[in-house]
Amino acid sequence: MKRPAPPSVFDFSTVALLAALLALVCASFFSLTLKWSELFTDDALRSSLEFLRGFAPPELAWPFLIKIAAGTLETLSMSALGTGIAFVLGIALALPASGRYGRLARSFIRLLLNVLRSIPELVWAVILLIAAGLGPFAGTLALAVHTTGVLGRLFADALENLPPAPETTLRINGASPMAAFFYAVLPQALPQLMSYTLYRWENNIRAAAILGVVGAGGLGQMLKFHLSLFQMQQAASVIIAMMLMITTVDGFSFWLRRKINGK
Amino acid sequence: MAVAMILLFPILVSGEFKPWLLLDAQSLGATGHFLASFVPPAHSREFLLLILAATWQTIAIATAGLTLALLGAIPLTLLATESLSVSRMESGHMRPAGVAIRQSARWLLVLLRSVPELVWALLLVRIVGLGPTAGVLAIALTYSGMLGKVYAEILESTESHVSESLLKNGSGRLLALLYGTLPASASELVSYTTFRWECAIRGSVMMGFVGAGGLGQRMDESMKMLAGDEVSTMLVIFVLLVACADLISTFLRKRLG
Amino acid sequence: MSFELRGVSVRYASAKHTPSDLALKDIGLSIKQGEQIALIGPSGAGKTTLLHTLACAHSISSGEFSAFGVTPWTLDHGERHALRARFFLAPQTPPLPPRQRVVTAVLAGRLPQWSFWQAIASLIRPNDTDVAYEALARFNLQDKLYARVDRLSGGERQRCGMARLLVSNADAFLVDEPLSALDPALSLQTLAALQQEATRRSATLVCSMHQVELALAHFPRIVGLRDGRIVFDAARTAVTEAMVLALYRNTDDAVAVVATQTYTDAC
Repeated sequence: MKRPAPPSVFDFSTVALLAALLALVCASFFSLTLKWSELFTDDALRSSLEFLRGFAPPELAWPFLIKIAAGTLETLSMSALGTGIAFVLGIALALPASGRYGRLARSFIRLLLNVLRSIPELVWAVILLIAAGLGPFAGTLALAVHTTGVLGRLFADALENLPPAPETTLRINGASPMAAFFYAVLPQALPQLMSYTLYRWENNIRAAAILGVVGAGGLGQMLKFHLSLFQMQQAASVIIAMMLMITTVDGFSFWLRRKINGK
Repeated sequence: MAVAMILLFPILVSGEFKPWLLLDAQSLGATGHFLASFVPPAHSREFLLLILAATWQTIAIATAGLTLALLGAIPLTLLATESLSVSRMESGHMRPAGVAIRQSARWLLVLLRSVPELVWALLLVRIVGLGPTAGVLAIALTYSGMLGKVYAEILESTESHVSESLLKNGSGRLLALLYGTLPASASELVSYTTFRWECAIRGSVMMGFVGAGGLGQRMDESMKMLAGDEVSTMLVIFVLLVACADLISTFLRKRLG
Repeated sequence: MSFELRGVSVRYASAKHTPSDLALKDIGLSIKQGEQIALIGPSGAGKTTLLHTLACAHSISSGEFSAFGVTPWTLDHGERHALRARFFLAPQTPPLPPRQRVVTAVLAGRLPQWSFWQAIASLIRPNDTDVAYEALARFNLQDKLYARVDRLSGGERQRCGMARLLVSNADAFLVDEPLSALDPALSLQTLAALQQEATRRSATLVCSMHQVELALAHFPRIVGLRDGRIVFDAARTAVTEAMVLALYRNTDDAVAVVATQTYTDAC
């Protein structure tokens, strides 16, 4: 009985790939002047501990809590509004991006969407501060712009992957493209689009929380403010508020998505 | 729908949503001026070299941070996964000690995940000083939470028949995982990890704005000086960087999956 | 004595049944080392649960159970898990990861014998490929040594599961429906290989199956299970057609049993 030959254990290209990855990782560590040893000196540990101890107990005075509530509301509004605008614009841009208006439009819009989503929200916020001034407005716009890129691309892909039968049937029977869209495509795709949007909202609440660090309002701005004045206890309260807000929105969005997909 | 409409007004007010602001003369003037300075983008040789170094630093921060996150996530994932529990196999529910360990691992993962990485970076910059160390640690902390959570979900959603069979025949738990569950879930795990690497690159740019080094820090400096030409070059480089990372990640996903 | 059960009752594992539902009721069984037993009975009778209980994979809710002279459920967690290496439980659905190569999947039967690092090394380059090759050869599958599991047919996968049993070190084989995906010729061949190995090692073999005629033809002792109770436990010569019919009466499997009558008559 002839033994089957074992496949070569090491497929050259896979080994080369793994070696390249390893090289990347090592190069990263070595090229960064990471101050590992400094991190663990007695001095550093002591000052870190003191720094951390300054956070307790978090500031819980009533007037401050009201400010935090206002900041939380501002952050929530930024994220909700930004995501909402992105939803509408995303659908609008997804139409050409899914090829319904020809190949040229598709490539162009997809390029635009890529640029919008490649640039992180924070960078958008910094740029838009010039036009919109300090405060949550800039943050909302930054979120809207970035999320339009993300959702537009997701929506376009989802629209392209829909089974075409319902829409083409309507078109064959004489309906206009817009009508076919609203009557056939949208109902089919809506649960998935909403699911993506809600998932993106979870992400945007985190983004909104931190945009303030560059001046775009909300809890982030409060955090930066208190940290720069070394008011650690207030800063701790803000951080806790952020975490609670994020976890609550995560849970709410998860529940909402289950309901949408469950029915 | 009605609820959304009712909420809209307070949301608009709270968010100080005043689109007309965009169009007032002063704002338009400032915007116009800034945008005009974008062209031509700065392209002097020293500047480009500087930017290249900063770009590499960003990539290095992301890669180093993600590697540390992986090292942290793996033990947490193993602790948090239920499907390898021998006591659950025997009687339908885990021993109290096992439940306690699993819950603690899950809470730790949630904690690591809920604090936005920028906040970690802000705090770390004050502890370890300006520079890439803060960025690497911030990514390591947040992403180990994210990786751990998704890895645990992937492992638990993989069919456990194969690994349970190995467990029932006396194999050790880690080996049952490696021989039983991993072949099926490897591609999903790799896919998510490469996706997170892309996110880490974006994240490390953002952290540069609070002083954690890399392209972000450079961009922050140029923005403060309203040097539009430098900013536009960096934006272009950044978009290219993300596109390349996307390509590499897609390639890795196909090959290692 | 391989296994000794007295008054053993076992609850259902899945959440579907209420906890007070018993999958096995008041089971009494004595199995000597080296015996070969066929387990027959309608679907849902508890054959799989009994095999799991014998393998210490499933805890008992009452009664006494001892295996190889020790009572597994009085041992501590680690000792009990070490005991498991002495059994080999082969489930009905072959537990082979689809994207793995056959050689690794088969050699997984050796995991309890290998040290941790040997096992890791074997993932990259399999140790003991000869052993796997010979085990597969017993089922005529040696050509599939390096094939991927998902390229095999259902019957081939089932026999690979049996090959894993052959490479293990177990003293007791607890096999759940090993012939369900095999045609009659392959069934005979597979059963012969299993029984040969059990005899060679003086291992106990407990095998559940639906092919009553094969059970009666090849196993010296037959245990009939219905609704979680042992209905009969007898040498094959003492098992009559009436007993078998009574076992399957009024169940969906009754039709299949009627069809096997010609075989038992021919004995």
